[in-house]
Amino acid sequence: MTQDRIRNFSIIAHIDHGKSTLADRILELTHAVSTRDMRAQVLDTMELERERGITIKAQAVRVEWKGHQLNLIDTPGHVDFTYEVSRSLQACEGALLVVDAAQGTQAQTLANAYLAIENNLEIVPVVNKIDLPQADPDAAGRELADLIGDDPGHVLRISAKTGEGVEEVLDAIVERVPPPAGDPDAPPRALIFDSSYDQYRGVVAFVRVVDGRFSTREPLRAMALGTRFEAEELGFFSPTRSESGFLEAGEVGYVITGLKDVSRLRVGDTITSERRPASEALPGYKDVKPMVFSGLFPTDSDDYPDLRDALERLKLNDAALFYEPETSQALGFGFRCGFLGLLHMEIVRERLEREFDLDLIVTAPNVAYRVKPPNEDWVEVHSPADMPDEIEEVEEPYIKASIIVPKEYVGAVMELNNDRRGRFDHLEYLSEERVHLTYELPLAEIVLDYYDQLKSRTRGYASFDYDIIGFRPGKLVRVDVLVAGEPVDALSLIVHRDSAYDRGRALVERLREEIPRQHFDVAIQAAIGARVIARETVKARRKDVLAKCYGGDITRKRKLLERQKAGKKRMKQVGMVEVPQEAFLAVLNLDGERKS
Amino acid sequence: MTRAHHLYVHLPFCAKRCGYCDFVTVVGRGSQHGKYVHALLLELGLEREALAPRLETVFLGGGTPTFTEPRALERLLTALPDAGEVTVEANPETMSRELAAMLRRLGVNRVSLGVQSFQPRLLDTLDRVAQPDTIRRAFNHLRDAGFDNISLDLIYGIPGQSPSDLDSDLAAAIELSPEHLSCYELEAKPGTRFTHAHGAELHRQAEAMESYFERVVDRLTAAGYRWYETANFCRIGERDLRSRHNLAYWLGRDYLGLGVGAVSTVDGTRWRNTPRLAAYMQALEAGSRPQREIEPLSDDVRRRERVMLGLRLDEPLVLGELAQVVDRKAMSKLECLGLVRTDARTLALTSRGRFLGGGVTADLLA
Repeated sequence: MTQDRIRNFSIIAHIDHGKSTLADRILELTHAVSTRDMRAQVLDTMELERERGITIKAQAVRVEWKGHQLNLIDTPGHVDFTYEVSRSLQACEGALLVVDAAQGTQAQTLANAYLAIENNLEIVPVVNKIDLPQADPDAAGRELADLIGDDPGHVLRISAKTGEGVEEVLDAIVERVPPPAGDPDAPPRALIFDSSYDQYRGVVAFVRVVDGRFSTREPLRAMALGTRFEAEELGFFSPTRSESGFLEAGEVGYVITGLKDVSRLRVGDTITSERRPASEALPGYKDVKPMVFSGLFPTDSDDYPDLRDALERLKLNDAALFYEPETSQALGFGFRCGFLGLLHMEIVRERLEREFDLDLIVTAPNVAYRVKPPNEDWVEVHSPADMPDEIEEVEEPYIKASIIVPKEYVGAVMELNNDRRGRFDHLEYLSEERVHLTYELPLAEIVLDYYDQLKSRTRGYASFDYDIIGFRPGKLVRVDVLVAGEPVDALSLIVHRDSAYDRGRALVERLREEIPRQHFDVAIQAAIGARVIARETVKARRKDVLAKCYGGDITRKRKLLERQKAGKKRMKQVGMVEVPQEAFLAVLNLDGERKS
Repeated sequence: MTRAHHLYVHLPFCAKRCGYCDFVTVVGRGSQHGKYVHALLLELGLEREALAPRLETVFLGGGTPTFTEPRALERLLTALPDAGEVTVEANPETMSRELAAMLRRLGVNRVSLGVQSFQPRLLDTLDRVAQPDTIRRAFNHLRDAGFDNISLDLIYGIPGQSPSDLDSDLAAAIELSPEHLSCYELEAKPGTRFTHAHGAELHRQAEAMESYFERVVDRLTAAGYRWYETANFCRIGERDLRSRHNLAYWLGRDYLGLGVGAVSTVDGTRWRNTPRLAAYMQALEAGSRPQREIEPLSDDVRRRERVMLGLRLDEPLVLGELAQVVDRKAMSKLECLGLVRTDARTLALTSRGRFLGGGVTADLLA
């Protein structure tokens, strides 16, 4: 199809503002899917995504509308996947910006909307859910127009649920979104905006062809990584897989590569032809490295091989996931895993638990550190337990945080950033109402609950994004935790020297609440090296009996003991002490209480 | 088929329902007592096969067995098989001189008196009818009628009960010199009227009351009582004054239970009769067994129960085939902590182990 008849777009919307419903309606109206056959919300394929209301992996669907080929490219919706979102948006010329008529613009929408504007996308503003009784389409429309600098008259009003106005949306895509403008005769170039793994066909790349034309059986090359492969099959989804034999400039589709390792084909890379290679890759490729690390341990040590297999399987589909074996005295055999961010970590954990039916203990996340022991070379440390006792210098990753917030919350945001060792960088007014702030912060300060804090302190209005800006020296120390005199490696923390005492104090207090009373007194200590900085005691129980036990009570009493026993089995043994798994998460919640 | 040597008979009727009680009870219904006893005897007839020809113990529990209409009670006691130990549970306010004499005449040789406390304020909190002088009078009636094996039930951990309140209750009980005492910590079951009224207060007092169990054991052992089971004490002397009926439960013996809500364990099967009075009586009047919840007990489960129950006693548990359900590692850990004593053949809890018996037993079971 000639490029002037192609439109590539994505939908940007806050969770629950109707992205999936609108996608369904579009598929229905364009007869891609019959109403009867349609599973609710076709694009969100994974069970997990549907429950969390987010989309983990982008997909693209091709539909026809009034003689035009429309490609709907789905985007993930969270800060951890900013890079993936930016690649998905780079594959489009336009975006539908969808806002709930009752709720108006939400924080999460903004970051992606700005990403779309940065990528020079034509924004088609849409107010959804106009059928709701509490809808205020005028206000939502004005806000939306104001946000993107458009005329409020251009804002479309629809109800994806009833289908009202959805045809006009399709017309607007054709009219307003510019056609692709690549060179059909140039050496072929395609942007990989997503990939997945099929156990029979290998790595499947989702691509946007920018220049030239690709055909089946053509030898290809990924330009940044240099990976060579063949296009075993080319085609598109509509939404079922349709093999087409070729993909041309401006089109969106998939390439089945036969590659057995997903890490050899990375999102953002450019595919070109081996026979007629392009001289320059498309811009914007980044090698995304995990910066957040956490230990994953099976609750039942017998599940270790299952966890290993599950991580191998996940890794096939998730090039950003990193893992290496780790052994903890307290938690046994497990893996130290690297993630893009906290949500990525949460998703991996949930998939392991849900899809692979594993019971896991996830230790508190930490960042990667660069450490120089005396008279040795720099090493990268992924776990507090691996932090050498003697350190000459240590560096931690820093980010540049970009926060957009209504002006009345500027003070709250500044306070939060100051608490988190942030260095103020820049402030500007985007409009009379909204302010854009930038700060430089240690990544370690945001991995725990920064995003939650930011949201709660700004009533959800702040939008947040960040870029890693490199490693910088830090005054960092390792705080160890001892339970009944035994160090618990999984509870060690690396913290800034100035906050070590407060964090140690908070941690042992927290643990005292989490560790149930035992048959003896249990001392809980926080220490830097040999120096104890905080101490609490869990007092021994004095009685633990069921008074009455006669003929009619025996079954109930036995079941009670069995439950008690099962509860104990789920606990981890630290020396003589039974420590519940929740205690290992105690570190996670410290920051929530650390309000200056 | 093995046959039970122990018979439990449930008499659910009470004058009123106490807030903390979670037994199967029925308030009043004087007109139904006779019909109910009739049903009990029909059930006994149906279950004859499960009973040994000579019984060791019979136990009438409730409810308030002595609230049962006297002619119905008399008919029941006359019809029940004879046994070495025949116990009846009684509430003090029901225990007249006449009733005491009648029980004695009908072969009852042990009475368990539901005292709970000797202090009007605490009796009131528990919804008890009896007052301290009622209790003493009932006790004297029993003695006068010739009862030489009387047990008192006490409850501790009552909302508002101070340590000195507990001491007074124990002293008052000891003064009566009963042969046997059962002391239970008040259990506030979620959802009961009692918990609704007193739950918050009990929660506040929980830490202060943690030492009450130790206090009970200290006071009673000092007064010459043997702490022979977690919650039970008997006077030390020439006679073995332990409750033979309850010992049967704790030693894992078979028992037959008759009546509404009653539980039986015979020959590897446990069953519980329907707790609904009308359904129970209807079924038996129609000549069939009442509706039952049936639980088959595997050998493994029986062994676990024998460990669980046996460790409540002060005599060492002989391991034998029970060794296979005991976690060796946990056992040596608990031995290090001074909570269990063990040699190759037996296992027992130390004194401190007995105070922590629930958790320790959970640890010990493999």
